[in-house]
Amino acid sequence: MSWLTSFFSWLGEFFGTAANWSGPGGIPMRLLEHLEFSALALALAVVIAVPVGLLIGHTGRGEVIVVVSANLARALPTLGLLVMFVLLLGTASIWPVIIPLVLLSVPPILVNTYEGIRGVDPELRDAAYGMGLRGGQVLTRALVPVALPLILLGCRLSAIQVVATTTVAAYTGLGGLGRYVIDGFATKDYASVVGGSVLIVLFALVVQILFALAQRVAVSPGVSQRQRIR
Amino acid sequence: MRRSWHGGRGPATSERSRVITFDAVTKRYPDGTVAVDSLSLEAPTGEITVLVGPSGCGKTTSLRMINRMIDASEGRILLDGKPVQGIDPPTLRRGIGYVIQQAGLFPHRKIVDNVATVPYLLGWDRKKARSRAMELLERVGLDPALAGRYPFQLSGGQQQRVGVARALAADPPVLLMDEPFSAVDPIVRTSLQEELLRLQSELRKTIVFVTHDIDEAIKLGDRVAVLRVGGRLAQVADPRTLLTEPADDFVREFLGHDRGIRRLQFVPTDGLRLRTDLTVEEGAERGAAEPWLLVVDGDGRPLGWASGARPGELERYGTFVHGRDSMRAALDAALLSPSGCAVAVDEGGRVVGVATRESLDQALAEAADV
Amino acid sequence: MSDGPPSIWEWIGRNWDTGRADSIRNLLTDHLTMSLVPIVLSLVLALPLGLACARWRWLYQPTSGLMNVIYALPSLPVFMLLISVTGLSQTTVIIPLTFYGMAVLIPAVVDGLRSVPDHVRQSAVAMGFTPLRRLLRVELPIAVPVVLAGLRVVAVSSISLVSVGALIGQGGLGGLFTRAYQNPFMPPVIVGIVLIVALALVADALIVLAQRLLTPWVRARKGMAS
Repeated sequence: MSWLTSFFSWLGEFFGTAANWSGPGGIPMRLLEHLEFSALALALAVVIAVPVGLLIGHTGRGEVIVVVSANLARALPTLGLLVMFVLLLGTASIWPVIIPLVLLSVPPILVNTYEGIRGVDPELRDAAYGMGLRGGQVLTRALVPVALPLILLGCRLSAIQVVATTTVAAYTGLGGLGRYVIDGFATKDYASVVGGSVLIVLFALVVQILFALAQRVAVSPGVSQRQRIR
Repeated sequence: MRRSWHGGRGPATSERSRVITFDAVTKRYPDGTVAVDSLSLEAPTGEITVLVGPSGCGKTTSLRMINRMIDASEGRILLDGKPVQGIDPPTLRRGIGYVIQQAGLFPHRKIVDNVATVPYLLGWDRKKARSRAMELLERVGLDPALAGRYPFQLSGGQQQRVGVARALAADPPVLLMDEPFSAVDPIVRTSLQEELLRLQSELRKTIVFVTHDIDEAIKLGDRVAVLRVGGRLAQVADPRTLLTEPADDFVREFLGHDRGIRRLQFVPTDGLRLRTDLTVEEGAERGAAEPWLLVVDGDGRPLGWASGARPGELERYGTFVHGRDSMRAALDAALLSPSGCAVAVDEGGRVVGVATRESLDQALAEAADV
Repeated sequence: MSDGPPSIWEWIGRNWDTGRADSIRNLLTDHLTMSLVPIVLSLVLALPLGLACARWRWLYQPTSGLMNVIYALPSLPVFMLLISVTGLSQTTVIIPLTFYGMAVLIPAVVDGLRSVPDHVRQSAVAMGFTPLRRLLRVELPIAVPVVLAGLRVVAVSSISLVSVGALIGQGGLGGLFTRAYQNPFMPPVIVGIVLIVALALVADALIVLAQRLLTPWVRARKGMAS
């Protein structure tokens, strides 16, 4: 299996080169950039999508927005959207790239937040109002805790999307781990391509694990129906 | 079995108890359907008023208009003389206990915090709210060890008890119960019903209770309001009057064909003639004149029926508490035993006499004349 | 969109069929191949695997865990890693897309089969259906709506994901995006986005149609797979 040997030799070359570990193009810096762009885009998406999803789910108005955005976001090609924004707005700042990143990560959170709120047992909603909770209290004390698994699922799906799109965005000049892959491919530096790819894959898996942990911590055992561990 | 306090209906004992008045209340939906049609009704202080009727009779709608989960289209609902329409709904609801079919517990909160929901809302401190919750759990017959569990770890009946405890947490004078026991199995339902009656005998809340089950209505209600489809009141009366004098064919039909038997639960047994010459102490000589003799132990408690045909064997017997239990219980006791006689006992379980078929027949004949 | 140089229609006309590999027509054909193959392949593979997971429950947990991990892998680095195995070919794009599709469809098949109400299954047994007949005649048909809802997701996202392949020179219509970026020019981007979204909509509509035909007993619902 010659490709396996070359795979490991590229890997060794990439991670073994001291120059790859320091400076603006070094692994720590690129990792930080990737984290920064992904986190920024995800945070903006959460800030937009969660309140809107809660509102639409709670009031039952504007459901069309949810359906259309969900379908559109899946159909829109990320690379096309990135190129379009960069051609329109230039590359003077990171925003021409961040905007499409946010646009693409809003729908998964929006849909799942909406579905989470809609899916809450009507009896629970009824009981909450019946005990004298006000509209906002019903939302924060009864609906959100119960919908939390789905809301977090939406955030996790969005995070997957953002990490992947941030990688692609390196093509349009954004920093981050995607640079190793894009630049390496352009210059036929396969050590860089393989090393960068492995780093991105690991990054994505760590994000997954973090979200799984967040889910454990944040969701009440009464909702996830786990026995208490303590 | 009728509760002892049933006869002792009086004026409100607690100043916080309230009367609920429906004054020509109508609920009409935008599509024109009328759910409740000019309903006028009073739910007196400290009593259980049951709204009963087939589905579509507007009983739940009527209930939900009291705490403004639904707003009336016309007419007024008064709580202690004040129209509820003038009260901010959340404030109104915090003063009214609300129990619904599936309990509607918060799945993400422990039982103790579920019970303490309204006290928390009212700004009680955590410690006080929790200790109140613990007290209530015990009161509704739940093991305090359940306090730290989550709702999904409880059975349906237990969840329903938690629902009742939660409704009582802030000690509201008024309790609204919307088919609270419909989703549990019959045995659990019976025990929940008895528990409610026991609680009510202590708490004397003003309760409005919705059910589709006429037996439950008769068992629980001090007053029963029968509603017909379209939300019109057919009759409101105490259970006994309802059974003896149904206002019309609809009510008669709704009460069912065994209305006569059910009525017996309101016929007292004090007047029932008892024979005291049919009991023998264990080991004593038996006279041969009677086909059946009741054998009792040294304390006068029943052991069984001895038959001349099968010496040495004791047969099944049934008892009723003389003067407390109804004719229905006495009849039941008689039917349970091969001797055909019912054993009358006192509150301590000691035999006071035997009601024979003849005396039961006579009492039934008198009851039929009422 | 500047109206100085060629208009978008002019540009389409000039590039539709140049006979070269990067004519719009050829890119469209490539795009269709690279998206249809994974859609069909993932369905064909997910059905038996999903059935196995539904039958042997212990299999589901590890399978769905693995699928979750696969789904989380970003496409570009996966393409890149595959190059050393499959080269700069369409296969390099098709393989990962097939796995992404399976990651959506296997749970859909399992959920679909689980959505068969127990009383339906019991009565099929009671009527004397053999296990295989029961599967084909009763359980699969009932699972169809859930599976097809998953397939809609797979179809739409595969069609849009293919374009990322352009970064390794195999992206079908995605090639329009890289071309537009290299000599900054908007029309190819617009044409690419519009064609890809249109393809996705057509594929989605075809699956909805298939569902109507396959399961006439299900009233058309507003579809929204999560």
